[in-house]
Order: sequence, then C-alpha cells, then structure tokens
Amino acid sequence: MVEIESTSPASVPPAEVEEVELYHATNFWTKYVFSQDAKIIAIQYSGVAISIGLVALVLSSLIRLQLGFPEMFDFITPESYYQFVTMHGMIMVVYLLTALFLGGFGNYLIPLMVGARDMAFPYVNMLSFWIYFLAVLVLVASFFVPGGPTGAGWTLYPPQAILSGTPGGTGLGIILMLVSLALFIVGFTMGGLNYVVTVLQGRTRGMTMMRLPLTVWGIFTATVLALLAFPALLVATVMMLFDRLLETSFFMPSLVEFGDQLSYGGGSPILFQHLFWFFGHPEVYIVALPAFGIVSDLISTHARKNIFGYRMMVWAIVGIGALSFIVWAHHMYVSGMHPYFGFFFATTTLIIAVPTALKVYNWILTLWNGNIHLNTPMLFSLGFIVTFLNGGLTGLFLGNVIVDIPLSDTMFVVAHFHMVMGVAPILVVLGAIYHWYPKITGRMLDEGFGKIHFWVTFVGSYLIFFPMHYVGLVGVPRRYPELGDAAFIPDSVATLNSFISIAAFIVGIAQILFLYNLFWSLRNGRLAGANPWRATTLEWQTPETPPGHGNFGPELPLVYRWPYDYSVPGASEDFLAQNDPGPIDSGNSP
Amino acid sequence: MGVALALVIIVIGSVIFHLLSPWWWTPIATNWGFMDDMISLTFWITGVVYVVILLFVAYCVYKFQYREGRVAAYEPENNKLETWLTVLTSLGVAALLAPGLFVWFQFVTVPEDATEIEVVGQQWSWSYRLPGADGKLGTADNRLISDDNILGINPDDPYGQDDIVIDGDDLHLAVGQPVKMLLRSVDVLHDYYVPEFRAKMDMVPGMITYFWMEPTRVGTYDVLCAELCGIGHGYMSGIVLIDTAEDYAVWIGEQITFAEMSTNKDIKLTDLVDR
Repeated sequence: MVEIESTSPASVPPAEVEEVELYHATNFWTKYVFSQDAKIIAIQYSGVAISIGLVALVLSSLIRLQLGFPEMFDFITPESYYQFVTMHGMIMVVYLLTALFLGGFGNYLIPLMVGARDMAFPYVNMLSFWIYFLAVLVLVASFFVPGGPTGAGWTLYPPQAILSGTPGGTGLGIILMLVSLALFIVGFTMGGLNYVVTVLQGRTRGMTMMRLPLTVWGIFTATVLALLAFPALLVATVMMLFDRLLETSFFMPSLVEFGDQLSYGGGSPILFQHLFWFFGHPEVYIVALPAFGIVSDLISTHARKNIFGYRMMVWAIVGIGALSFIVWAHHMYVSGMHPYFGFFFATTTLIIAVPTALKVYNWILTLWNGNIHLNTPMLFSLGFIVTFLNGGLTGLFLGNVIVDIPLSDTMFVVAHFHMVMGVAPILVVLGAIYHWYPKITGRMLDEGFGKIHFWVTFVGSYLIFFPMHYVGLVGVPRRYPELGDAAFIPDSVATLNSFISIAAFIVGIAQILFLYNLFWSLRNGRLAGANPWRATTLEWQTPETPPGHGNFGPELPLVYRWPYDYSVPGASEDFLAQNDPGPIDSGNSP
Repeated sequence: MGVALALVIIVIGSVIFHLLSPWWWTPIATNWGFMDDMISLTFWITGVVYVVILLFVAYCVYKFQYREGRVAAYEPENNKLETWLTVLTSLGVAALLAPGLFVWFQFVTVPEDATEIEVVGQQWSWSYRLPGADGKLGTADNRLISDDNILGINPDDPYGQDDIVIDGDDLHLAVGQPVKMLLRSVDVLHDYYVPEFRAKMDMVPGMITYFWMEPTRVGTYDVLCAELCGIGHGYMSGIVLIDTAEDYAVWIGEQITFAEMSTNKDIKLTDLVDR
C-alpha cells in the first residue's frame, strides 16, 4: 500500500510566456474545409484514412475470395491478385494505420491532453492534411491507369518492382505508388513536426513530461520514430523513381530479362531492402506505440485503477522506440546479406521482447484488483491483449534467425504480422473510437451494437489468423494466388483456406454494423455530457463538449497530478482529474 | 463471467487446435533437424507463457468485474515484482536465443567437404550447374548470357568447360553428401525453397548467395519459389530428387557438359533425342 500524504498540491510553475493568439476562422471554408483547428484536421485525417481503409478491406476480401475458392472467379488473375495484395498491404500500413494514429488521434488528442489550445503550427498542420489527401488521390488514381496499380508486393523490392514481369512495373502503376509515398512523407513530416513541438512546447502549466498520459507518450514517441525513419523510405522511393524513369542503377545490377540484356548495371537490390526496412521496422512501432499508449489509458480508465508501473511504461515506450532502429535486418535473414548479421539482429530483436513483455504484464497488473467495467472500450482492450500477446510470441519464432529460416516467406509470417500489427492495433483503434466518440460528437455510441461488433470482429479475426499459422507450418508460401499441386500440401489445407475466407467475410460484413453505429449515434446516441467515463485526463475536463475552438475556454487548465489518480484512498470520487487541485495529493504524481 | 469464459475457451481451443492439427511441417530430408527442435522449443516456451498469461487475464476479469461499491486498489508501482518479471522474461528470451545462435553458427559454417552446386533462378524456371571432373565450377556472369550460353558461363575459364548444365530438368542430389548450394539469379529476386530441406535463401542478381545442407532422406521433393518474382511467382515449380549414391552415379553419367553443349551442338541434340 502506498503512503498518502496530505501535503499542499504539487507545484504549478508560473507562466513564462504569454499565450499566442489563435487563428480564428470566419467562414465555412476556413472553418470546416481548409481548417487550421487540429480537431477538424483530426476528423479530416480520420475520415480519409478510414475511407481508404475500407478500400483495403474490400481488397482483402478479394484476396480471400481467391485463396478460399481458387479458380471460381475468373476476374481474379495472378496479375490482379498481386495488385490486390500490394495495395491492401500498403494502404493498411501507411495510409490507414499511420495516418489514423498520428494524423487522426494525434491531432485530436495531443492538444487536448497536454492542455494546449491547438497545435504549435496550425497552418502547417492544415497543409499536412491536404498533402496527405493528395497522396491518397494519387494512390487511388493508380487503380485507373492502363496496366493498373503496382503488384510488386507492399515491400516494392527491386528489380522486379520496375520490370515487365510485375503488374504495373513498366507502366504508371509503380510510378504513382512511389510518387504517392513521397507525398505522404512530405505531408506527414509537416504534421509530425507539429506533434513533437506541441508535446515539447505546448504543455500547459504543471503538465510535466512525467505527467503526460501514456496515449501522448505513445503518439509522441511514434512520431519521433516516423520523423527519423520515413526519410530512409523517401530516398529509396526517389532512387527507385530514378532507376525507373532515368535508367540509373541504384538498385539494379546487370540482368537479363526474358532473354534481353538490359542496360542496368552495378546497383544493389539489397541496398533497397536495407533502406526499406530501416523505415519498415520502426514503422511497425509507429503503429504499435500509439496503440500501446491508448490501450493503457483505456484499461486504466475502465478498470478504475491507476496504470501499473507508469514510469516503467514510459521507459518501455522510449526503449522500444530506440531499439526499433537496430533490428531492421530481421526482415532480411534470407535476403542473402552477410550471414554474420544474423547474430547481431537476432540478439537485438529478442532483447526488444523484454520491454514489450513488461508492457503486457503491466496492462494485466492494472486489471488486478481493479473494478473492471466490461464496456466496449474495455472489451476491445482485452481483445488487443490477446491478439498482441499472440502476435508478440510468434515474433519470438521469426526474430530468432535459425527459426526464421524455415518459416520466412510462408503464411506463418502473414499470420504473425496480421495478428501483431493488423488485428491488435485495429482493435485499439476501434476501442479508442468507442472511448472518445462521446467527446468528439457529444453522444455515446450504442453499446448493444458495439458489443456485437466487438465479438464478431475479435473472435472472427482470431479464427482467421490463428489457423493461418498452421498453413505456414505446412510450408505454404505467401504471395501465392493458389496452392498448386505440390505434394507436401494436403487437400485439407484448401478446406482450411475456405474456412479462413468465410471467417474473413463475416468480419468484413460486421464492420458495416460499426459504420452504421457511427452514423446512427450521431443523432440518436445517448447524450454524453462532458465526462461520461469519469476519466482524469484533460480532454474530458473541457467546458464544452465537443470542445470549442481553443479547447479550454478563457483559462487554460492547471495540472496538479499525474493522469492515473483513480480510486485514490480518501478521495470523495473514484477519480481525481489532472486539473483537480486537491484536497488530496496522492503523492504518486511523478 | 461471460467474458472470462470466452477467454478461457479461446485458450483451451487454441491448445486443442495445436495438439490435434493435421497441419504440421513436412518430414525433414536434411541435417537441419535442429531447426525443427528449435521450433518445438519455441512452441513450448511461448505456449506456456500464452496460456498462463491469458488464464490470468480471464481470472482478473472474472474476479474483479465491476460491482457496485467495490473500490479498486491504489498501487502505482511495485519495484520488486517488476524486477522479478524482468529477470524471468530475460531468462526465457535467453533460453530461446542461446541455442538459436548456436545452431545459426552451424548454418553459416560450411563444411570443407561440401560439393558446390549452382542453382540459377529466372522468371520463372530453375536451372542448375554441377562441377565436372575437376570438382570446381567455372566463373559465370549475367552479361555473358545468350541463347547458346543460357547460364552465362565464362567460355575462357578452363574450370567451366566440364561443368554440367541442367536446364529445364530435375536436380539430383546424393544422400549423405553435404552440398553448398550457390544461388544465382538472372533477373529478379527468387528463393530456392524446398520445404523438406528447411534451409533456404534468396537469389539476388548481381551476387552469389548460398546455404549448405546434407541430404539425409532419399525421395522426390517439390521446389517452389519463396520470394515474390512477378506474376509467375506462384507457378515457378521444379523437382529435386535425393538419390542413393548408386542412382546418383548413374544419373550424373548421363549429363552433358558445357563444352559438349557449346562446341558441338550435335552432341546436345542427339543426346536429347536419345533420352
């Protein structure tokens, strides 16, 4: 038990600088379209991200149609299959998850949670969204050009990505993909600088770094990772564009394509892989860290208990973020790089499992001795723990270089990364939407619909990806449009594939229920009030719900405590908001 | 109660699925049984962790579900517990990493007596080159590839003249004879993938990659490509046979060399007609 001190409230330092006057929109266009208000930008980011995400969902259904029922659908050729796979992966990782967590949740929550009126640079923030929107339009355009979008796999490995044996390789598909990625990175950088500067400079008085909610820590660290990692992808896209358009040979060795000697020579395909994964592995954590942060806050709030081991949680986020830059080549164990790299990267990769495991323990220890409300945000959080634990543990297979050799490039890998960076973060996204929708709209989402949505999505996703590991164990390679007639693949694998596909269709259809709930509750949901979850963090303490322009009315809140004062002994309520000056100081505010 | 029960069902269901699954790895055909052992070890360690943690979650959900009037505990930190968990986790990770790196060292240390065999991938077929009587492969270069020299073997390299070229046919290996598979690509990335071998490695144009193994089980195995290489990727199949030493000697005696192919086309044609 912790000692409770009834000392005077923790200090709030005096203001050092005057508040900056906000930009005030005067008409519809500047208020809702070319808005500089982070909350509107957040909704714009989320709307576009979820819309393009639905395209990716449809693509995944087409993939599962082919895998579950091969040769039944004539319109799915190997070409189009590879295009579906490529665009599904790229959209989910970059244009949905990265954009939604950072552009969506980051924009909405950072200023509100740190006690700022808006982002540090609102105009640049607006540009960030519009460049992202342009990037999405370029991406979508590639579906409509002759030859269609690229089918090079989301990893875009050269040489095949820019050669004729790959869909879109010699047409516009790959060019538009690379241009779109470059635009995305430019747009993201504008937003990312905003998020970092706002967290560092925009915090209200009393909001020390060690009083930040873990949501902010997660998004902040992920943004720092992204600012450091995306440049590697940017140079790779520009170099590949040069290889494709100007016939430079950054990634192209001398090669013979279908009997023709090409003019390329001297480049290195493995160089591209290093650049790609130097971005690509931190990218996993760019998606995971915001999910870690958000789920911490959901669990703490709905279990009415402080997050267990806050300082450990912060350092784990920062530590994982740092380590994520020295593990990238575990994606390249079979790439043909120097074999001794395997020793180093297997070691770093397995080390990263330790802080990650500690986070899982701490979420669970937060539940211990709590008072757990099993509402939709909590259910989605529990679903996250199950799927993330599952995906994290299979990471111990693939991170350990010698175990990866037989399993790499099989369906085991597909199952692993979908569980850990597909299903798990998306369950957090959904839980977070149920959690913050009342603040964003002023109304609650319907719990009945929500629970059906949760159970179908969670159990369905588990039934898709858990058995898929075993398809990989048999040895079925990934990125195969059909199983073929190899003797080692028994017929029962096809049956299992059909089962997985049916589960996937059900999960896909269940999302319609969610969308319906989003729109239905906008008008018909129960009125939420300012703080329906009785939560401590600042976004729930705004004078208006939804928060007005400038977030906090005439006076910015002063912060007296950490964000996890739930069920403090002696307090009259079971929560003390961060801007609640007392009478009790829990003594635990770091 | 319902949620806790659902979690327990997921745990038990997963374990039962694992135990009853008919979907398991192929019987191994090389010396890399250590890899299978490592997968089994990893299954055991991670499986126990998975079951224990999820059952604990289920218990928490059951025991501490919201009840009017219940007050949650207030316990921000517990250094002793956190230290214990860190140490235990580190031990578990080390128990996986140490044997893993030990086996990896064997994997990257090619024995002296391994025969070098070249596998060449191109969209979308496999070719092979075996050393001739001199036991050495000649040099080769993609720049030298032409209709008459499909693998780009250097015609000026004396070691290359007696190399055996196998194009569009199955590869045979001798059981018990370690081989170093030298991997070369003509065009894009490929990956020579035989599930029963366990070992695999990408082929990268512009460089030579490799893996080694000792075939241990006579039989016929499917070859697939495991690295996306364009629209034919899913159909880039082949056959590799592991023969007894006697069968292998017969097979290798029937093959033709690079010199025979390039200096006298007739030999190649008659040879093909004979077969």
